[in-house]
Amino acid sequence: MLRRIHSLPGLVLALLLTVIAVSGTILSIDPALDRATHPPIERGVSVAALAEAVASRHGSVDKIARRPTGALTVTYSDGDTKGVELVDPATGAGLGPYQPSEFTRFVTNLHRSLLVGDAGRAAGAIGAGAMLVLTASGLWLLARRLGGWRAFLQPIRGTAAQCWHGELGRFAALGLMLSSLTGLWMSAGTFGLIPESSLAEPAFTASGGPAAPVGSLAALRAVDVADLRELTLPAPEDRTDTYGLRTSAGEARIDAATGEILVFTPTPILERVQAVVVMLHTGRGAWVLGLLLGLSAACVPAFAITGAAIWWRRRTNPPRLANNVAARSADTVILVGSEGNATWGFATTLHAALTAAGHRVHIAAMSELAPVHTSAKRMLILTSTYGDGAAPASAKGFLDRFAALDAALPVAVLGFGDRTFPHFCGYAQEVSTALDRKGWPRLLPLKRVDRQSAQEFAQWGRDLGATLGLDLVLEHVAVHPKTSELELVEREDYGAAVGAPIAILRFRAPGAGAKGQTGRLPAFEPGDLVGIVPPDSPMPRFYSLASSSRDGVLEICVRLREGGFCSTFLHGLKPGGRIDAFIRENPGFRPAEGRAPLILIGAGAGIGPLAGFVRANSPGRPVHLYWGGRSPSSDFLYEHELAMHLAEKRLTTLNTAFSRTPNGGAYVQDRIAADAPRLQELIRHGAQVLVCGGRDMAQAVTHALDAVVRPLGLDLATLKSSGRYVEDVY
Amino acid sequence: MKALMPALAAATALVAPSLAFARPVTFEATLKNYGGNGAYVALYVTDAAGKYRGTLWMAGGKAKYYRHLSDWQRMSGGAATEIDGITGASIGSGKTLKITADIADAMIDAGYQVRVDTAVEDGMDNPSEIVVPLSTGSAGNPSPGKGYIKSFLASF
Repeated sequence: MLRRIHSLPGLVLALLLTVIAVSGTILSIDPALDRATHPPIERGVSVAALAEAVASRHGSVDKIARRPTGALTVTYSDGDTKGVELVDPATGAGLGPYQPSEFTRFVTNLHRSLLVGDAGRAAGAIGAGAMLVLTASGLWLLARRLGGWRAFLQPIRGTAAQCWHGELGRFAALGLMLSSLTGLWMSAGTFGLIPESSLAEPAFTASGGPAAPVGSLAALRAVDVADLRELTLPAPEDRTDTYGLRTSAGEARIDAATGEILVFTPTPILERVQAVVVMLHTGRGAWVLGLLLGLSAACVPAFAITGAAIWWRRRTNPPRLANNVAARSADTVILVGSEGNATWGFATTLHAALTAAGHRVHIAAMSELAPVHTSAKRMLILTSTYGDGAAPASAKGFLDRFAALDAALPVAVLGFGDRTFPHFCGYAQEVSTALDRKGWPRLLPLKRVDRQSAQEFAQWGRDLGATLGLDLVLEHVAVHPKTSELELVEREDYGAAVGAPIAILRFRAPGAGAKGQTGRLPAFEPGDLVGIVPPDSPMPRFYSLASSSRDGVLEICVRLREGGFCSTFLHGLKPGGRIDAFIRENPGFRPAEGRAPLILIGAGAGIGPLAGFVRANSPGRPVHLYWGGRSPSSDFLYEHELAMHLAEKRLTTLNTAFSRTPNGGAYVQDRIAADAPRLQELIRHGAQVLVCGGRDMAQAVTHALDAVVRPLGLDLATLKSSGRYVEDVY
Repeated sequence: MKALMPALAAATALVAPSLAFARPVTFEATLKNYGGNGAYVALYVTDAAGKYRGTLWMAGGKAKYYRHLSDWQRMSGGAATEIDGITGASIGSGKTLKITADIADAMIDAGYQVRVDTAVEDGMDNPSEIVVPLSTGSAGNPSPGKGYIKSFLASF
């Protein structure tokens, strides 16, 4: 709901808000420029002295005013010509005609009325209101995403669009709130919704005597030029006319003959408030604030672009169901925990089958669990597992939300996973345990589906149908993302002598025609995943990428596994051979922005993405690589390339451990333990740790590293939660 | 443009009981190409003693800017009832304001004056920029203003 409040006005009003914000940013520079051209008015000169100096140069002077820009101007008549000129506040000397910038006038009108008058002003007010809603809801969503207000300044993880949207949001929120609130106030004033202060001035009568020289008038001698807002001079031939003197305190009528104040009207409170609001909105009189507000507003186009990207991704990621019943009128709720799209696919099949059987079914992500879902008759949870038993993307926060629920209803859990992992369906198991702890009745015991088996899924459907008293047939046809064909151009083979064949494979998009010409690769970064669909198998296998699409090749590092369908296929591939592949972003496994040191740890084929990080590193950022292999003579992957990176300072240090060397051998975790003091120093300086490799190695590394950081008063859980310890484990 | 000026009728005891004793007068104020935002323009009538008798037209819709039409503001008191129903949009740079009002015969050639105040945002305030007698003798004779008005013309 909150998300919709955020995305709907954002999408609908993106263009309007961009125009208002960009024009606002341009205007925000003006107060700083004005300050440079019109330095603040110094104290020490009286209004009387200034007026006298000005009057001596002109036939008659109508008005001396301090403009909102800080410029002091004089309106004068010399014979039949009337003009406005800038004057030096210290001497009253003329500084040339006053000509407000045409450009600023145009941008101002664009900003406040989109150049279409009151309709545009109304649109501006709607824009300001929407901006306020967007900022507040955005902050709320960000806090929720980061795990509460206390974690508000934690690093933001996710896709590039999500990171930018969040980071800029944190930066710009305050400024945008101030701008939109003050903008709304000014709009209300324009449309007469804020009562005008009464203009009635108490009656007064001028003495009617002959006008005295302006320089001699007591009331004008008593006011400093720095306090002047506006001085209106009387018409020369009219003896009943008076001086009008406006300062921040109020407006005085001054007798032209006696120089006495005839009447003084203090500035009404509302007008003072108005002046402060205008200052806060325009930055006039507060140029630093103006620039800050301008910077905040400058983020708005980026919000529009990244916001649209996030929305689009979310929209296309979980499939939209045309016949998804609203949560409150559903009898069956299906909750989905999915990292890619596979589990959504199964859930959609289930949704269609139950709907066809006459049920009213609502489907939602597990992370959207809400009290309204407990009003249904039953709940079906389909979830995969991320990494070593963690929640997949669409189930983040599920357990916290579940803990806050009061009601209980019959439930069935279906886990999706891979039996070769030590914690097969680890997250489904954790969810199941949580349900038991709260005493939710079971429709069916926890069922685990191995590697997206359509048969096992269908069997579960028959069991579910039996308990519901209907004949439920689940025919799932997996939908894969669109694949592209890639061609192997180069391979390097290692490790055969030590019984662990590993191949570095480089692919290109096949050429469209002429020799040497190649097609376009899909976009990816080192650490992203490539899904490769081996022939005769619908199941893609994922490999971490060692290159970026900018390198012009797609590079992976593949260890041959006994009985491994895909690795056997890849190891048998000769240059010119082709594969079907697609990219899956892996934003959780990437070096953080900035120049903090990186500690890269891996073993065997896990060096792939780490080598890619090193290759993409700019010289100067410290990068320390710890890697373990079997034998330096057989499986030292990337040996020459890493030596080159060391020479070019892209890599700071390289620590290798080989397990099968004549004098005993060692593992990468041994190097970590031995290097504890240096690692502690690096982590104290904000280093990020990235681990890639097999499960056993990762566990050993976790163990060793935890011992390293303990003396610092840290633990790996803390580092993990702030994104300073990330892993890609298989 | 306007058959009868209610504000003027209300403000003057001199208005004729029926239209038979009034005649249409057309006022045209052409602005200079001053190049700023639209000008606020107030057209109003004072009697032989210089006393405000009524407003003919107010070009500009936002009351908060009326204080820049300072003579009109001072003389009329600036009440909203003075311009009720005779308010229009501000007049752009170089554009012409043309209005027709039915003026009582008794007010014509009787020492009454038409005055025009103008003001532009971030520019000048020009109180009583135009002061011309409401007389058939001056008809067809354009007068220039000191501020934003290039020429002002009344035709009977």
